[in-house]
Parts: sequence; C-alpha cells; structure tokens
Amino acid sequence: MMPEVHQNPLTNRESEAPMLPEAWRVVANDWENHDTFTLQLERDSGGPFAFLPGQFNMLYGFGRGESAISISGADEESGTLYHTIRRVGTVTRALSELNPGDTVGLRGPFGSAWPVERLFGRDLVFIAGGIGLAPLRPAIRYALAHRERYGNIVILIGARSPEDVVFPAEIDQWSGTEGVETRVSVDRATPDWKRNVGVVTNLIAKADFDPSNSAAMICGPEIMMRYAILELNKRGMDDAGIFLTMERNMKCAVGFCGHCQLGPEFICRDGPVFRYDHFKHWFSQREL
Amino acid sequence: MREEPQILQRADFGALFTALQSRGFTVVGPTVVDQAIVYEELDSVEDLPIGWTDEQDAGRYRLRRRDDEALFGYVVGPQSWKQFFHPPHVKLFGASRDREGALRFESSNEETPRFAFLGARSCELHGMAIQDRVFLGSGYVDSEYAGRRENSFTIAVNCGQAGGTCFCTSMNTGPKVDAGIPHDLALTEILDEERHYFVVTVGSEAGRELLSELPTVPAAGPETRAADELVAKTAREMGRTMNPKGVKELLYQNLEHPRWEELADRCLTCANCTMVCPTCFCTTVEDVTDLTGENAERWRRWDSCFTIDFSYLHGGSVRQSAKSRYRQWLTHKFATWQDQFGSSGCVGCGRCITWCPVGIDVTEEIAAIREEP
Ligand SMILES: Cc1cc2nc3c(=O)[nH]c(=O)nc-3n(C[C@H](O)[C@H](O)[C@H](O)COP(=O)(O)OP(=O)(O)OC[C@H]3O[C@@H](n4cnc5c(N)ncnc54)[C@H](O)[C@@H]3O)c2cc1C
Ligand code: SF4
Ligand code: SF4
Repeated sequence: MMPEVHQNPLTNRESEAPMLPEAWRVVANDWENHDTFTLQLERDSGGPFAFLPGQFNMLYGFGRGESAISISGADEESGTLYHTIRRVGTVTRALSELNPGDTVGLRGPFGSAWPVERLFGRDLVFIAGGIGLAPLRPAIRYALAHRERYGNIVILIGARSPEDVVFPAEIDQWSGTEGVETRVSVDRATPDWKRNVGVVTNLIAKADFDPSNSAAMICGPEIMMRYAILELNKRGMDDAGIFLTMERNMKCAVGFCGHCQLGPEFICRDGPVFRYDHFKHWFSQREL
Repeated sequence: MREEPQILQRADFGALFTALQSRGFTVVGPTVVDQAIVYEELDSVEDLPIGWTDEQDAGRYRLRRRDDEALFGYVVGPQSWKQFFHPPHVKLFGASRDREGALRFESSNEETPRFAFLGARSCELHGMAIQDRVFLGSGYVDSEYAGRRENSFTIAVNCGQAGGTCFCTSMNTGPKVDAGIPHDLALTEILDEERHYFVVTVGSEAGRELLSELPTVPAAGPETRAADELVAKTAREMGRTMNPKGVKELLYQNLEHPRWEELADRCLTCANCTMVCPTCFCTTVEDVTDLTGENAERWRRWDSCFTIDFSYLHGGSVRQSAKSRYRQWLTHKFATWQDQFGSSGCVGCGRCITWCPVGIDVTEEIAAIREEP
C-alpha cells in the first residue's frame, strides 16, 4: 500500500491568533543566483521549531505583505531555518533586501509533507524544476541521511539555464554520493555546460529505478509536472506512487481566505503536497 | 431544550429590547434604509420595518406597504448577519520597529462587541452554523470570529411568508427554526382579527433566563397551533425550488458543461452574489504603513472569487475567463463545500438571485446543468 501524504500535525493549531506572525531574525541572506536568494532565520524567542519536509511558512516583509515560502532546510545545531526565494514581486523583493540582524514575521509551519519516512524500502525519484528544488531539499536531505533504508535514489533537476540552477554546490555533493543518481538538465546551455540539455522530464526514461517499488516526488511548474507524470506512467509507475506539490494564491494559509482552493482542496491545508491519484480529477482541469 | 412556549403580546415587545439592553447587548436587527430592509443597530421596536413587506424576484427587490402592522412581515434583505461576525474590514495585527529596529507584532485588541441579533431567519441560522464550520470547526480558530460569536445572543423569527426567491425547503434549512440549530429564542408573529402576539420558544439556557424576565404567559393549544400552521403555510409558498439530490456529483462531472459558457455571456462578474451570500467567507489582505515608516498594519477585507486578482499567481491569474470564475463560485457553493465542510454552502436564502443585476438564478442554472447538454 502506498502511504498517504503526511498531514500537518499542526503543532500550532491551538494558536489563539493564527494570523499573528512571530519575529525571526535574519542570520544571513545569500544570493543563490541572479534572482534567487536564501534567508537563514533564527527565532527571536529561541524556542524549538518542528517541521516536516515540504511544509511552508508565511514570511512577512514589514509593511509589504506575506508570501508562502517553503522551508528549504534547517540547521539542527543552531535551530535556524532556511527559505530559498525567487524575487518576483513586491513581497519577495522586500525579503530580498533584508540584511543580517533585520527581523521578519513568520507564521507556520503549514501544510502537508512529503511522506519520506513512510517510504522506506523503496526507490525514490525526486524531480525538481527551477526553484522547485527548494521544497524538495529537506526531503532529499532526509533520504540521504537515511540512505541505507531506501533502494535507489534518483534526483532529477531541471533549470532554464546553468545560472538558474539553485544549490549547485550541494548538487555536486549529491552527485558524489554512492548509490545516488543525480542528473541536471538545462533548457538553454552555455558553452561550458557539461551536463544534460533539454527538459528535465526527458531524464525519466533512462533513470534507474524499479517502477513497481518506488515513489516519485515532483515539484516544479505545472506543465513540467504534467509531463513528469506522463513519463513516470510510461515507465509503469502507478499514480498512487506519485506525489506532487501545488501553488495557488494564498493570503492566510489556515483555510480562511479561500484563495488557494483547487476543486475541493485548500492547497494550504490539504496540500501543498498531494498524492496524485487523489488529486488527478482536479489537476487535469483548465482554469480551475 | 423543551419548554412550554410562551406568549408575548405586541404591546409588551419593548420589554425584549429593555431586557437585552440591560444585559449590555447592542441590539441589531432589520430596519428600512434607502428602500431596503437592512441590519443595523436598533434603539427600540419603532426602528423595525413595521408594516413593510418586500417583493423579490430575479434581479428585483421592492418594498411595499402591508395592510397590517407586522414587525417581521418580510423576508431577507441584501445583507446577512455575517457582517457582524466576520466584519468586511478588520485589523489582523499591527507591526512596529522597536529602538533596535526589530519588529514587534501585536494583535488588534479592540473590545469584542456584544450583539443581540433580533429577527434572524432559519436559513440565516444555518448560514451562521456553516460559517462556524469554516472559522471554528476545520482546524484553526479565527479568534475575532470566535469572540463575536460567543458574545452574541440570537432571537430568531419563524418566517410567516416566503419570498419570491426563497428555496430553504429545498435546502432543508427552513422556514421553521429547528431546536437543533443554535439560537437563544425563537418568535412566531401572529396577527389575527383581534390580536397581535408572538409565540416564543426557548433555544438555550441564556434564552430561558432572558425569557423569564419578560411579561409572558404560557401559550395555549390554539396559539401554538396557529404558529405551526403559519410556518407550514410558508413552507408551501417557496418562490423557488431546487433539487439538491446528487448535486455534488452532478457538478463534479460537468466542469465542462456548455452552460458555463452561456452563463459567462450573462454574468458581469460584479461579485454582488458573493457579497450578499450569508456563507461566502473569502477575504484578502491589505498592508498599510504610516508616514514615519515605523508602524505598519495588516487588514483583512472581504474578497470575491469573481475578481481577476483572486487567483493571481506570478505570471497571471489562474481563472482568467468569466466562465471559470462563475464555475468556481457555483461549484464551491453547491459541491466542493460538501467535501470541505460536510454540508452544502447554500442555505436557499435567494439573495444571490434577487441581487444579481442580470437576474441569474442559481436554481435555474443547476436545473439546466441537470438536463442533458
Ligand atoms: C505552498 C507554497 C510554497 C511556496 N514556496 C516558495 C518557495 O519556497 N520559494 C519561492 O520563491 N516561492 C514560493 N512560493 C511562491 C511565492 O509564494 C510567491 O512567489 C510570492 O508570494 C510572490 O509574492 P510577491 O509579492 O513577491 O509577488 P507579486 O507578483 O507581487 O504577488 C502579489 C501577491 O500574489 C500572490 N502570489 C503571487 N504569486 C504566487 C505564487 N506563486 N504562489 C502563491 N501566491 C502567489 C501573493 O499573495 C502575493 O503577495 C510558494 C507558494 C506556495 C503557495
Ligand atoms: S448561494 Fe444564493 S441562495 Fe444560496 S445561501 Fe448564498 S445567497 Fe443564499
Ligand atoms: S452571477 Fe450575477 S451577481 Fe454574481 S457576479 Fe455574476 S452578474 Fe454579479
């Protein structure tokens, strides 16, 4: 039996004021590439912060607003959290301008999670497009930290161009890990690019995993996820073995604002991670 | 809560206001403003729409004089009670920078008002119960809503007539105020040749306590029978009907029905229907900063799935076409709501039909989709 996605244990459900952010301090703000940066944040109150891979927070830029941002990693020793953010508009721009020592508002964690700890014994296929690697990274790190408990681990990463690839140093590290197949593909290569060229979903056909005993976790643009599912199905993978994450406009993250609805699902609460067989009916509808 | 129904004479109705006001409640109820019956703060019984009734049809609402002095001789107007629990505009928090430049967050700590709602109809009580499931019953709790709800006192009214766009019997939400739906007191207004009185039943402990202070006498058989017959008559007079059977599956299977395109030609995407609907709950947020730049506030205000920005994602909105936005609304109300909150999102109040400028009628649309394309 394929496991379900991991629902938010909602450590904060009892919260009296689920819309009230908490102050977190910027430890570092580093550019990953020309438009994407990673904020390392430390909780002002110092308390512990538990989350599951795939969950997200609402980050508040002073006077500008909030954005849903996935947790892209955590440092267990210091208790700091990482958020990797593409600068696209008002709020993400405000966040990009933060300096170490500044504070942001943070609410979370929200949403469902990749069920990595329920997939022991299987091959894992991670498929990321662009910034989609950020929400997958905690799951990949978890799998690698428990390497012996899984079969093959395949990590397929796509980006528009070499300079759009996020976490290149960490990807190199993964590439060097025994029993981990890491492939990166870009749509538009530069002369010095030595890896694959073309859409990331082209890599699925040749990847080494057993479709009858594996699970795929996909995060990227919807069109890319559609093709990834097609390719996985072609390899014989069942819809129930495919997990994907969705994005919709989100104003509250707690099921009050109504914006993130997609069919009967509230992306903030029932998602963002879905098991594809449960979600299929809604995923295939235009303008829903 | 079973209790002998009581009789409150029309001449003693003022005592109800006094009892509520002496308990610190602000009485809110129907009153005539700009040719419509709206819900506002009331000082006395004289503020009620005495002797008025309403005529409603798709895209049409008119007030008309009755030939009696009934206090509740009309149905529901353009507003619902949701504005008092789920205010159209509410402050979520204030943020400020302290001396070191660090942000401090403070929730809005305005005092929660204490409202007594006079004249809520059965469909409206169901509407409140539906919003309760949204804001209190599905994981997180909205503290603003919870506080306002907890502080309130509700005096319901059984409908003595149905409106031209009402279909509560189809949705199983009225016209009679059932004991199972949360309220404190329920009134049935009876006017006959000689008398004008109210049959009062108790819905809660707080209701019992308040009733004990009113100058009432136990109702006799003929009086309670008159009250029962009146709502039974109302139930037979519904201006609209709808077959709710299997409507969820119907809409799930018809996301590409040609009717949606046809609807899109008529719908102005004005969002009136979502504003008047007692269960629609969607909101957006607004961020403001003061002139010093040291203080910011975040506000929440009502929003509608009919706006193009509602589904905005970097790069463009998901629901571009009017078709997709109308489909979202209707499918949410009648279908996905059931999966989300365990009931229909429609209580059959008819407001969206009456207040649609082009007279789109949800009962007609669902019937059309039910017919084979
Ligand atoms: C569950 C979830 C996880 C996400 N994780 C990440 C992440 O790890 N890194 C990252 O860079 N981005 C992530 N996003 C997308 C990110 O939330 C948006 O890019 C961001 O809100 C854009 O805000 P803006 O004000 O800069 O852009 P503008 O274009 O000015 O957007 C205006 C408003 O529209 C809404 N909006 C616009 N685009 C999106 C979007 N794609 N998703 C949701 N709301 C949107 C927001 O409410 C935003 O405030 C995630 C979105 C969701 C739903
Ligand atoms: S959908 Fe229309 S009839 Fe139903 S509750 Fe809302 S406003 Fe009333
Ligand atoms: S259905 Fe009517 S009220 Fe609703 S958005 Fe369309 S035109 Fe406006």
